[in-house]
Amino acid sequence: MSMMTDTANVLTRELRPLVREPFGMLISLMQPLVFLALFAPLLPDMGPTTSALQWFVPGIVAMSCLMGSSMVGASLMQEMVTGSHERLLVSPLSRPSLLVGRALREIVPTLGQTALIIAIVTPFSFDLHLPGVLLGVAILAVFCIGIGALSFALALASKDQDWLFWTVQQTVIFPILLLAGMLLPVDDGPGWLRFLSQLNPLTYVIDAERALFAGTFPAGTVLAGAGAAAVVAAVGLVVGLRSMARSS
Amino acid sequence: MTTTHLSGPHSSGLQSTKAIVTRGLTRHFTAKKRTVEAVRGLDLEIARGELVAFLGPNGAGKSTTLRMLTTLLAPTSGTAEVAGFDVVRDQRSVRRSIGYVGQGNGAGHQQRGRDELVSQGRAYGLSRAEARGRAGQLIEDLDLSEVADRVVSTLSGGQRRRLDIALGLVHSPGVLFLDEPSTGLDPQNRANLQEQIRRLHADRGTTIVLTTHYLEEADALAQRVIVIDHGRVIADDTAARLKSALGDLVTLGFTDDGHAVAAAERAVRRSPDATVERDGSVVRVRVAGGSSLAPLLVQDLAEAGAPVIRLEVVGPTLDDVFLDLTGRSLREAQSDSQSDSQSDSQSDDQSATLEGAAA
Repeated sequence: MSMMTDTANVLTRELRPLVREPFGMLISLMQPLVFLALFAPLLPDMGPTTSALQWFVPGIVAMSCLMGSSMVGASLMQEMVTGSHERLLVSPLSRPSLLVGRALREIVPTLGQTALIIAIVTPFSFDLHLPGVLLGVAILAVFCIGIGALSFALALASKDQDWLFWTVQQTVIFPILLLAGMLLPVDDGPGWLRFLSQLNPLTYVIDAERALFAGTFPAGTVLAGAGAAAVVAAVGLVVGLRSMARSS
Repeated sequence: MTTTHLSGPHSSGLQSTKAIVTRGLTRHFTAKKRTVEAVRGLDLEIARGELVAFLGPNGAGKSTTLRMLTTLLAPTSGTAEVAGFDVVRDQRSVRRSIGYVGQGNGAGHQQRGRDELVSQGRAYGLSRAEARGRAGQLIEDLDLSEVADRVVSTLSGGQRRRLDIALGLVHSPGVLFLDEPSTGLDPQNRANLQEQIRRLHADRGTTIVLTTHYLEEADALAQRVIVIDHGRVIADDTAARLKSALGDLVTLGFTDDGHAVAAAERAVRRSPDATVERDGSVVRVRVAGGSSLAPLLVQDLAEAGAPVIRLEVVGPTLDDVFLDLTGRSLREAQSDSQSDSQSDSQSDDQSATLEGAAA
């Protein structure tokens, strides 16, 4: 119970500045739309059965969630410098709630972005399958909690060296995105690329999400996606909690 | 000599009346293969309701001690109990029982003060209504009404500091830790802050432990001053007793060096415990009860044909105490100006400490 209450408390605290600045929130909601508008017209025709949007929308949703959660550490670093992180560490808030609450702060806006994207693309060549979308987003959220926790750990490891955080974040995030076939399919790529793609947990999450967004529920694909997300979340939390215990 | 040892053999039965008990509390840091012993075997007992200052220069180990007591840092060895809970085994209970105002700003710079107070109250288990009420009350108490609904980054240093204190008080903790609370504040704000701390202690009987490198602050605020240097306690007593043990400084001026030499000899004969030094026609006597001795000395010297033409009696400061204990002045700036008084020093003890300070 206290873990839930604490997480809600951390999340509320994190979201408050966003709610207080509705204009900033509006801009951030629009960002994936801009991306979609500029990228979707370039997508190749994928044949009569699959629309390009149907393939691309799950990818862009995953991308904005991954981008957001990988930046969890950035806001943490600021609070480490000014001192409010230290205050939270001395408070009785449970340690996992400090990680999960911060990660959710990046995931919640993604839910809004997803809703907005889907509302806009559904009149075009996108078929809405709500149960699939909800399950797909839930799996993605679990994955992003893991990424957020890893970003948190990276911020603690970087201490107040911002450049270190950003260098690692940028170096890691783009290969993960591209290898998961988020923007372009990797199926036609060379063998080594496909091999690396199979090592990438995000690949399984994206595959599951695409199937679910299309209204299909292939058990193997969905389970693989959920499993990959759970593993990343578990690893992220363990690493995050360890580095929190060791940091101060 | 001025260290008071409070530890007794019957510690376990007494711990309910103790806010803080440490035994051999030690913390090492290893950086680039060098081990720094930041805190070395600290044995402390602080009773409930005490107002204690950890005094020492930067790097003495004050903040490291505070960080161990507030669960932010694990001890390398030794134990510490705060409010009856072990800081390693029962961190959550310790955290529930204490308030902590760190060196930085507890309030997030993107947040609004009132929001932070409410969320802090929620973190300590208050209901939403209780948290709001408590926040409102603290905003009033700490004179934050005008700025509580502004973004924290727009507040002045003094306003932010008051907000930090308010955050530390939300759950009315039994033990409050303040790490360098007045650093960076102007004298006006510092005086206000000290008044608030004093009132909190008087009204609620909160146990308060603060660190400071301001002597005036420790002197004016704390009932008990624990002087820490190189990670060890080197003195532990009330400010008044620490100072009275050192004695007053009586400065006597004479018309010529000859009179001064004679006076110095008389002063030594009269009070063998005194530290006497002569600098030209000026004699300085450091002696306990110097202010009552001075008139007698003046009369005595007048009768002996060495009339005093100038007299000054200065009570000891904690800086004198620190200098006496460590051979170094707590005020960095003073270290330059001390070489003058070294000549003619008649006390080996004193001249040794002065050389230490100048080095």
